[in-house]
Amino acid sequence: MSNDWPLFEVFIRSRSGLEHKHVGSVHAADAPMAIEHARDVYTRRQEGISIWVVRSADIVASDPEEADALFEPARDKVYRHPTFYEIPEEVKNL
Amino acid sequence: MNAAVATGEAHGRYVLRLADTALVLGQRLGEWVGHAPALEEDMALANLSLDLIGQARLLLAYAGELEGQGRDEDALAFLRDAPEFMNLTLAEQPNGDFGHTIVRQWLIDSWQLEIYQGLAASTDTRLAAIAAKALKETRYHYRFSRGWLVRLGDGTAESQRRVQRSLDELWRFTAELFAPDEIDERMSAAGIAPALPQLAGQWSTHTDQDLAAATLGRPPAQAYPWHGKRGVHTEYLGHLLSELQHLQRTYPGARW
Repeated sequence: MSNDWPLFEVFIRSRSGLEHKHVGSVHAADAPMAIEHARDVYTRRQEGISIWVVRSADIVASDPEEADALFEPARDKVYRHPTFYEIPEEVKNL
Repeated sequence: MNAAVATGEAHGRYVLRLADTALVLGQRLGEWVGHAPALEEDMALANLSLDLIGQARLLLAYAGELEGQGRDEDALAFLRDAPEFMNLTLAEQPNGDFGHTIVRQWLIDSWQLEIYQGLAASTDTRLAAIAAKALKETRYHYRFSRGWLVRLGDGTAESQRRVQRSLDELWRFTAELFAPDEIDERMSAAGIAPALPQLAGQWSTHTDQDLAAATLGRPPAQAYPWHGKRGVHTEYLGHLLSELQHLQRTYPGARW
């Protein structure tokens, strides 16, 4: 049965103020059923307070073949990391 | 049933009926684990089962206290025979196919919704607290079972035919849901339980709405020959209990 159902990606917000994070996927006949399946599969141990689902087919992904062109150029540009500042002692988190 | 049953005893029996319906239905749903038509539904049915067994534990522990004979939740679940079980006859009916399980679930979910809503206002504060907790779970159960009832009823010709057949087969057990006996009447008079005849009307209205959405026909009402909540059961309960109780019966007092 589940082979006939489209795949949905599941995103869970673990608590208020945090972002939704991708946790996995479920098969479901439609979006409301996908929410129920996500609830039943991924929130059994109080993992979340909000669920998003999106059809996997609707996600546009980068092509692994193009990884070099997309991501290699950033590799030798360490100056883009904000690690060259002296951080005052009083600042605990940055 | 002894007509002169004392109020205290009636109270314990009333709670035991609620407990046994939850326990027996939870055990039935547990039979689906590893066998549901999709992994996600397997998890969903297991979750319903665990909710119901959780409700049964709270209710059984309370029923044992009301009884006052030192029986705890385990003694009541594992060491009673079928005639001492007070669950609704509907709850013990076999799973059948997935649609059959859904029809049984939807019927009991919608019944529990009415009962727990009524009990949340009970003068018995402990029972009211258990009902308030169970009500949240039951709202989800009902959302799940109603959703599937509509999908299957308003689905393919085959799914509609099968789910209508299950409805026709299980409907005869629904007369018991809201038929009050002496215990029910005594509990509602004491403000402990809601009055069943009032709930019956609301249940019937909601049921008709769901059946219309699912394009299913409501079967005709039938006479009331089922007495699960008085300990008179169909042949299926004994088999269910033999599995539920196997370990404690074979190794009395076993713990882990």
